[in-house]
Amino acid sequence: MEQKQEFETYYVPEQSKLPIFASLGLFLTVFGLGNWLNEMSAEKEGSGVTVFLLGFVVLAAVLFTWFSKAIDENIKGLNSVQLKRSYVWGMGWFIFSEVMFFAAFFGALWYLRNISLPHLGEGPTSELLWNDFKADWPLMTTPDMALNGEAAAITGPEATMGNPGFSKWLTWLPFINTAILISSSVTVHWAHTALKKDNKKAFNFWLGFTVLLGFIFLCVQVYEYKHAYTDLGLTLNAGVYGTTFFMLTGFHGLHVTMGTFMLFVQWLRSVTKGHFSHSDCFGFEASSWYWHFVDVVWVGLFIFVYILG
Amino acid sequence: MAHGPAKGFTRWLYTTNHKDIGSMYLWFSFAMFFLGGFFALVIRAELFQPGLQIVEPNFFNQMTTMHGLVMVFGAVMPAFVGLANWMVPMMIGAPDMALPRMNNWSFWILPFAFAMLASTLFMEGGAPNFGWTFYAPLSTTYAPASVTFFIFAVHIMGASSIMGAINIIATILNMRAPGMTLMKMPLFVWTWLITAYLLIAVMPVLAGVVTMMLMDIHFGTSFFDAAGGGDPVLFQHVFWFFGHPEVYIMILPAFGVVSAIIPTFARKPLFGYSSMVYATASIAFLSFIVWAHHMFTVGMPLFGELVFMYATMLIAIPTGVKVFNWVTTMFKGSMTFETPMLFSIAFVILFTIGGFSGLMLAIAPADFQYHDTYFVVAHFHYVLVPGAIFSITAAVYYWLPKWSGNMYDETMGKAHFWLAFIGLNVTFFPMHFSGLAGMPRRIPDYNPLWADWNMISSVGAFLFGAAQLLFLFIVIRTIIGGKKATAEVWEGSHGLEWTVPSPAPYHTFSTPPEVK
Repeated sequence: MEQKQEFETYYVPEQSKLPIFASLGLFLTVFGLGNWLNEMSAEKEGSGVTVFLLGFVVLAAVLFTWFSKAIDENIKGLNSVQLKRSYVWGMGWFIFSEVMFFAAFFGALWYLRNISLPHLGEGPTSELLWNDFKADWPLMTTPDMALNGEAAAITGPEATMGNPGFSKWLTWLPFINTAILISSSVTVHWAHTALKKDNKKAFNFWLGFTVLLGFIFLCVQVYEYKHAYTDLGLTLNAGVYGTTFFMLTGFHGLHVTMGTFMLFVQWLRSVTKGHFSHSDCFGFEASSWYWHFVDVVWVGLFIFVYILG
Repeated sequence: MAHGPAKGFTRWLYTTNHKDIGSMYLWFSFAMFFLGGFFALVIRAELFQPGLQIVEPNFFNQMTTMHGLVMVFGAVMPAFVGLANWMVPMMIGAPDMALPRMNNWSFWILPFAFAMLASTLFMEGGAPNFGWTFYAPLSTTYAPASVTFFIFAVHIMGASSIMGAINIIATILNMRAPGMTLMKMPLFVWTWLITAYLLIAVMPVLAGVVTMMLMDIHFGTSFFDAAGGGDPVLFQHVFWFFGHPEVYIMILPAFGVVSAIIPTFARKPLFGYSSMVYATASIAFLSFIVWAHHMFTVGMPLFGELVFMYATMLIAIPTGVKVFNWVTTMFKGSMTFETPMLFSIAFVILFTIGGFSGLMLAIAPADFQYHDTYFVVAHFHYVLVPGAIFSITAAVYYWLPKWSGNMYDETMGKAHFWLAFIGLNVTFFPMHFSGLAGMPRRIPDYNPLWADWNMISSVGAFLFGAAQLLFLFIVIRTIIGGKKATAEVWEGSHGLEWTVPSPAPYHTFSTPPEVK
């Protein structure tokens, strides 16, 4: 970008070592992970985990350098208005791709609950193949249990995460988590409002508060998972209820982790380096859009996995 | 002009230039085309006669799987991304892609992803052998261990596609020269805008379905396992929700290419430009609501069969609009038949044949007979080979003078066309007959009843393969030397890319051109 010349109104990018090393890091990460999983499933020792960690470190280091460079270029004033708009488009479409990723899992939940599971529990499929298996949701008795009884490999949970009745909502962890996450969407918005007025003190406070709420949400989620595994027999292996419950909430949890981390980085930038002003805050804005997105996904989860679960 | 390319091989590793990256995409895709073609020839060699002669059935299955995966994800898709990289910025008067570093990342993921995918051939238990559609439980319960690497290869090539698509959308929406309104954009740009949207919408769904497989294989979930309350048919629904738009991802840019070439050699403007734009958008929309026509025989309720049958048939309308527009563009034009035009006309005719066999397959009751036979193989090869591959070939001949500054040898180009045209029809047309006679897909050995048609197909396949070696020779020879090309290259060419010299300078439009 230093090579920008007077007669050019657009910027001409200089060469960059970042992409090739990012590709290398990504490759090592997935190649190591693949080996690690195969070794785990075959119960063998191997180097998978080492390669995975090495790749992850390379990828993380490259991405750190990459984002630092992008921030640096912005501070030096190298970014044109047009490039800034491209970043906005990029983030917007990235979030759309995430929406579609979750759509696949919500769609799977809908199909399993409303089409395939009822089909398993009726007619000759149920009578001839699965020993009169009856479908209900949440699925407590799996077809495997109906057929094999005690010898079943896939056993359903003893209890579920379902709705305990409206009167008990105030002590129901998923409801509390909903309150926490929705509040955090409000506080991140307050941070934004404060920044628009260039009130950095309030901005730092509300942004830090949002990160804290995100962290609390994750802690509650971890507690709930532990409870599910140890007390309820609700695991990844507990048939489709456990499958959809953990995959939907798990991917959401990963995205909350990601979003909390992103907001935390923005908070660090603001507090330690004094970044962001009302007119220059894309890093923060992009992170906050992402945060609103994970919030909306949670509302979907709360309705379809918890209340109607 | 500004500085030229950097010296040495690191130019290619570190580049952020859309032309460099476009060239790398195209060469990568060319390499994958030969790799996938090699797998195809192994298949055709085995099928030359009934009985098992050359390969084991399990290896045969690995070949059909790898042929499909390499051709779809390694040859066709990167070729169109390469064309987009080269041409979209030049066509809209932009200096480069919107996010140049991410652009290079999108590319460099691919060689790693395909190295990993190809390496499964040498792994214990062999490469994926469950078909390119990787239906569960073949791809979960009964899969070789290498399926894990297949899954991660799909994940990272999906990430590459999504980043590439985001870049293309940002470029088109944000980097157009002043005056280049949306409805003035060349149709290639329009089709890529819509394709990029499709990519962002469905690649995450593909990532989702392979993630479900990964969890079923390694973490004991029950997505596709009826014992736990899951359903293998769920796999097919999620896969084809990705898979059908994927088909259009491979053909919409081809429509754009042909819509650029035919007006040039008919020396008339494209007939019905705006209807082309709307037809493309309609096809993209319909692609989301037709996926289950791949699953008519899986046991869906009658209502489902009917909905997906009628929705599928609706696609014939916008596609018909396009075909009639191309024909009308040629009508009363002063046509000449240079190589790109020959490939484009063959595209219009043969793609239409593939479209018609698609209509036959769309008829649910008839599909019960055609399903999983060579008729289906004939159908999708007729839309992919003279569709996607011919349009890419046409694009290469059309724009190679702009890229390299040299004209290709017209006689050799025409020879390539006729060899490829004859080879492809000899290969794929008999498959309609063996398919209607009941020959199933993906079998290494077969009833002698189908022996004649298979022998003809195999001869055609080797002819087609040889024709592509000629293509490689022509491309290399043109890059090395040849008659110098003018800026316009073609007498009837229109558009911004023809206003810059040939070869196009390393940086074009560092100041935006005026578009009237």
